[in-house]
Amino acid sequence: MAVTVRIPTILRSHVGGVPSVEASGSTLRELLQDLERRYPGFGGSIVTEDGALHRFINLYVNDEDVRYLGSLETAVEDGDTVSILPAVAGGEHT
Amino acid sequence: MIETERRVAPRVSLPSTIRDAMIEHAQREFPKEACGLLAGPKGTIEAIYPMRNADDSAVTYRLDPTEQLRVFREIEDRGWDLFAIYHSHTHSEAYPSATDRRLAFYPEAVYVLVSLADPDSPAVRAFTISDGDVDELGVTVS
Repeated sequence: MAVTVRIPTILRSHVGGVPSVEASGSTLRELLQDLERRYPGFGGSIVTEDGALHRFINLYVNDEDVRYLGSLETAVEDGDTVSILPAVAGGEHT
Repeated sequence: MIETERRVAPRVSLPSTIRDAMIEHAQREFPKEACGLLAGPKGTIEAIYPMRNADDSAVTYRLDPTEQLRVFREIEDRGWDLFAIYHSHTHSEAYPSATDRRLAFYPEAVYVLVSLADPDSPAVRAFTISDGDVDELGVTVS
């Protein structure tokens, strides 16, 4: 049983180029740990060294922004879809 | 016979209505930065999605994450691709800043910059940004 994780283009090289993978875990954090075990280096793009969600990564469970849920402690269930979208951001400030 | 690989600079075909709508959006948000997306089928630009700048700032922009997902899904549901990400610079040239390069997480997209530095003559330029490297694309307004 598994959760579907949709992978953005910029991170697909970590997972063999595919647009989505299956992962298991009862929270987002566990799900990402599962992915990190199978695809070393993947988790570091999403979670900071302090264990927080990276500021410029948007994570959604079934299209809900997890910052309005429980961030990385948000519960996931079999059949859920997790979407990862890097922020669209920038600006003339340097 | 040796084939020589010629590198032809790709050009962006930008409908004039879309260009005008981007400039109007940038002017409407001035002095804050405006941002949005351009999308269409098979590498063309069919629609503009002016988006909210969640940073509400004159020096940075960020799409609202919920609106971003909703519009990405809409583009996907139409069978289109995200073609470009645009934003405005209100006081500097239409060229990716260090912040723009550092936060360019969509190497497959074109980054369009609208500059209002000269308010009488807005500038529109297009780039790809990959691993922080900037390549300018020609723009043909059609």
